[in-house]
Amino acid sequence: MPGVEDLYREIILDHYRTPRNRGELPPPAVCTEGNNPLCGDDIRIFLDIADGVVRDVKFSGQGCSISQSSTSMMTVAIKGKPVEEVRALVRRFKHMMTLSDDEGAVDESIKLGDIEALGGVVKFPVRIKCATLGWNTLLEGLNSSQG
Amino acid sequence: MAGSNTSLDAEKIRRDFPVVTSSINGKPMVYLDSANTSQKPVAVIDAMTAFMREGYAPINRSAYSLAAEATEKYEGARTKVAKFINAKSSREIVFTKNATEALNLIAYSWGRTNLKRGDVVVLTHMEHHANIVPWQMLQQEIGIELRWVPLTSDFQLDLSSLSNLLAGAKVFSFTSMSNVLGTINPVEKLCAAAHAVGALAIVDACQSVPHAPTDVQAWGADFTMFSSHKMCGPSGVGVLWGREALLEAMPPFLGGGNMISEVRLDGFKCAELPAKFEAGTPPITEVIGLGAAVDYLNGIGMANVRRHEVEMSSYVLENLTARFGDEITIHGPRNPELRGATFSFAFRGIHPHDLSQILDQTNVCVRAGHHCAKPLMKIIGANATARASFYLYNTKADADALANALDSASDIF
Repeated sequence: MPGVEDLYREIILDHYRTPRNRGELPPPAVCTEGNNPLCGDDIRIFLDIADGVVRDVKFSGQGCSISQSSTSMMTVAIKGKPVEEVRALVRRFKHMMTLSDDEGAVDESIKLGDIEALGGVVKFPVRIKCATLGWNTLLEGLNSSQG
Repeated sequence: MAGSNTSLDAEKIRRDFPVVTSSINGKPMVYLDSANTSQKPVAVIDAMTAFMREGYAPINRSAYSLAAEATEKYEGARTKVAKFINAKSSREIVFTKNATEALNLIAYSWGRTNLKRGDVVVLTHMEHHANIVPWQMLQQEIGIELRWVPLTSDFQLDLSSLSNLLAGAKVFSFTSMSNVLGTINPVEKLCAAAHAVGALAIVDACQSVPHAPTDVQAWGADFTMFSSHKMCGPSGVGVLWGREALLEAMPPFLGGGNMISEVRLDGFKCAELPAKFEAGTPPITEVIGLGAAVDYLNGIGMANVRRHEVEMSSYVLENLTARFGDEITIHGPRNPELRGATFSFAFRGIHPHDLSQILDQTNVCVRAGHHCAKPLMKIIGANATARASFYLYNTKADADALANALDSASDIF
């Protein structure tokens, strides 16, 4: 059995205790909601996208340390980034979580930075859904903002 | 140590359950998730293995002696289950896939025949999704009206406006014990209230049948259901009990083999009860396992099981409160006589999912989540809770292990 120290790395706990970009954005920002049916967690992602760039991002909702910190780190990583770069990052992250989608190749050269700390989650398969909740919700937001 | 001063010898009982006495990485198992599914005693494992090794055959359709003996064992289990809940006859016992299927069977077969647009079905705020969604499906399909019995501040059903809610109702369907709060409901009183307005009384007894004596005739219920896997039996089989006249009048649920007495190109005739509701090959081995589980529980005595769990509840409530005070919130009644030994709680602001992950480091198995009762979770103001549930094989040492593991959980956060 892997130890919880692989799961609860310091950077993860830091983002859990002090989440970045927590809050909401008023319309016309896009708001999408994601649910984890396993544990009842919910998360809302607010995206302000203009000229193909994520100008601002915020998140709200309730969740465990993994879902909250993963989403917090994600917002830091994508703020100010072009949508195409964000999509590539999502693919890279989901690949790390071994849940990679088939659409588009994974660019292994993309730096994950702090997000790399979430790599330990794959040793706890039940928690992968916690780590990916915010990312899947983000993806939905990106898709709906383009539609 | 802990078993000696209680109503049954839990230390001795533990040894009948291989998983309960197992260990991982040298640390003993502390299985506290029996409200979810119970562990299995050797008697059940052996009965199923022996049947598959030595006695396996189809039931109800072949003349050779191996098949006749298999049929006898299968029907023998039905008789055991009927006696276990004091049904009038084993014809009133229908084996289903699980209790969820039993509830769906009633909503589908009885509901579609007897309910029309605007008819009222009364449920409670403490129901499992299995006693909500089948009725909501009827609501969508035929436009029945759903009404809800609310909760009091001490996690009981608020019966103050029950007669208003039941006025004109066709069905009152409620749980005998909440799988989240542990609350035990006054089943006889609720059945009588339903009958006073001419409504059917349906009792979801999944959480009570494994833990206390059951007498469906004393309850005065019309239908009840429960699952084998929560009462020391295998998964894959549930029980529907219904009053014979009601089952007799209902159309079949699933169609196919075993449930017919005649099939022609222009139609079919149903088999007698209970085969009418058992289409296809049933879970034969599992039903025989359930029969062995009933024998096992009878050997211990359901009144003793109940007494043990009242004692466990007192111990758990006193100890967690003494040790953690305001740091722990238990969502459920404080009086051990009014509850089962199932405890949903919030602890030091740690998310239940994180809590159960950390408890797992010392093999303390608790469930975290919404416990298939999302409407209730919303009412008690929690997205999720951790839930520790005790059974006949749990001891005070298990309760102490839970408390110790909880205490160390906050080291990480």
